[in-house]
Amino acid sequence: MSNLTEIRWHGRGGQGAKTAALLLADVAFQTGKYVQGFPEYGPERMGAPITAYNRISDKQIRVHSNIYDPQYVVVVDESLLETVDVTKGLKKEGAILVNTHRTKEEIIPHLKGYEGKVYIIDAHKVSMATMGKYFPNTPLLAAIVKVAGIMEEETFLREMESSFKHKFASKPEVIDGNMAALKMAMQEVQ
Amino acid sequence: MAKRERLSGNEAVAIALRQINPDVFPAFPITPSTEIPQYFSTFVANGQVDTEFIPVESEHSSMSATIGASAAGARALTATSSCGLAYMWEELYIAASNRLPLALALVNRALSGPININCDHSDSMGARDAGWIQIYAENNQEAYDNMVQAFRIAEHKDVRLPIMICQDGFITSHAVENIELLDDDTVKNFVGEYEPENYLLNPKETMAVGPYAITDYYMEAKRNQAEGMKHAVDVVKVIAKEFATISGREYGLFEEYRMEDAETAIVIIGSAAGTAKDAVDALREKGEKVGLIKIRLYRPFPADELAQALQNVKAVAIMDRAEGYTNHGGPLGADVMSALYRAKAQAFAVNYIYGLGGRDVRVEDIEGVFETLKQIVADGDAGETYRYLGVRE
Repeated sequence: MSNLTEIRWHGRGGQGAKTAALLLADVAFQTGKYVQGFPEYGPERMGAPITAYNRISDKQIRVHSNIYDPQYVVVVDESLLETVDVTKGLKKEGAILVNTHRTKEEIIPHLKGYEGKVYIIDAHKVSMATMGKYFPNTPLLAAIVKVAGIMEEETFLREMESSFKHKFASKPEVIDGNMAALKMAMQEVQ
Repeated sequence: MAKRERLSGNEAVAIALRQINPDVFPAFPITPSTEIPQYFSTFVANGQVDTEFIPVESEHSSMSATIGASAAGARALTATSSCGLAYMWEELYIAASNRLPLALALVNRALSGPININCDHSDSMGARDAGWIQIYAENNQEAYDNMVQAFRIAEHKDVRLPIMICQDGFITSHAVENIELLDDDTVKNFVGEYEPENYLLNPKETMAVGPYAITDYYMEAKRNQAEGMKHAVDVVKVIAKEFATISGREYGLFEEYRMEDAETAIVIIGSAAGTAKDAVDALREKGEKVGLIKIRLYRPFPADELAQALQNVKAVAIMDRAEGYTNHGGPLGADVMSALYRAKAQAFAVNYIYGLGGRDVRVEDIEGVFETLKQIVADGDAGETYRYLGVRE
């Protein structure tokens, strides 16, 4: 199980954290991995905190519990930093990725002394620049793939393009924006 | 050619249903099973199936319409969860007593209250005495494979009973995992055409379905139902064997995992079995002789076969994802313990209630259960046999 990667997503209902986890499972599957992508729901309403999870492995995954000691955490909505213990169990050899317009120095004091690596990305900026609307999950997906080194950038972009072509078959006009968001996010994450 | 895919449990079951192409699918949505009719309705809209899809106004109606269609001679099914199943209650018994081989894709969810959308088995466990065959799945692959086999079992002339294909709400229904799908023609040929013997739309043989049975007949009708259930055990095995020839995946009444020389074992149903297998492997690496039995067929209950599989075990923990309010354990606990008693088994047996309303169960939790079993064997005393796992008290 040494090659098992575990990722936890924190978002709010309606922001697409679950969709991002499912997309990540999808793209990792395309590269021949065993994958899990699943949500954990609290109350079913827009804006409520939700958690989603990914396991990615070279071996079949049988465990069906939530993830308590992830290597990576993605925070889709930075307002959760105040209300949810997002670094709980997060391995210090791992990393946290926060969607924020603030600087890394401003974010770190909110991470309860987390000793591992901290990455930030302004998914709002990326999303507005490339898609004209706020869809944080597309930039965050690209950013976590880069941060966690899940696959080669080129492979990722190729697989995502084919996945978008399938997903957005009825509205192909959004494919370019989504692809631009992925590419820009890979540059912007720091 | 089988196809490697990644799908949620709900998508997988919906695809199995597309491949089966049933005659009638009445449905009313309820979390977490809603996606099954939702995906299926797109197959209907796209002309990929020629099923009569009937959106109805309640689960009482969806089961009633499924019963009506099945009595008429159609291959019919519906899907539901939790309170939806509860709302079908009287109809469940009607379906079974009329010997209608319809199917229900059940996505297990806790019954209210307190109101909760997450997984436990209280919905289907409550329906365990309704006369339905019940089959459970560990993951999306098994949910798909069981759905493909469902109508073959239900429609078998020695059985002719309704069948419930169960999977764990959210844990498998909404989790995207790897899966291997059979191709459409393989499934189509395996399932075959439904040719009912007795049905309402047969002009050559007029019949009544569901008439009043006076006291002089009622008991024989119920005895006949029990006979169908008795045959279901062998039919489940025969269909599984045939399924293995098209899929390479083998199924039985239950799965025995590392039971060869096991001294302690757990008996469990559903998605937590996968988690428990990781616990078994971890303990085996430390030299502990532990094993697991995962129930696939819960109704009819394979009591004799299960007692046989547990005959050399010193202590067993039976894991119930539903309360029974008996003051001594849950439904699976009662079934397994009665099977052990009938077989004059000597093993200590304890019954755990776990995972209610989606309470997570971890590898460490199951390791703790095995630790308790080891202690029971050392003490020569089971102590309290009615226990809770992972509850704050």
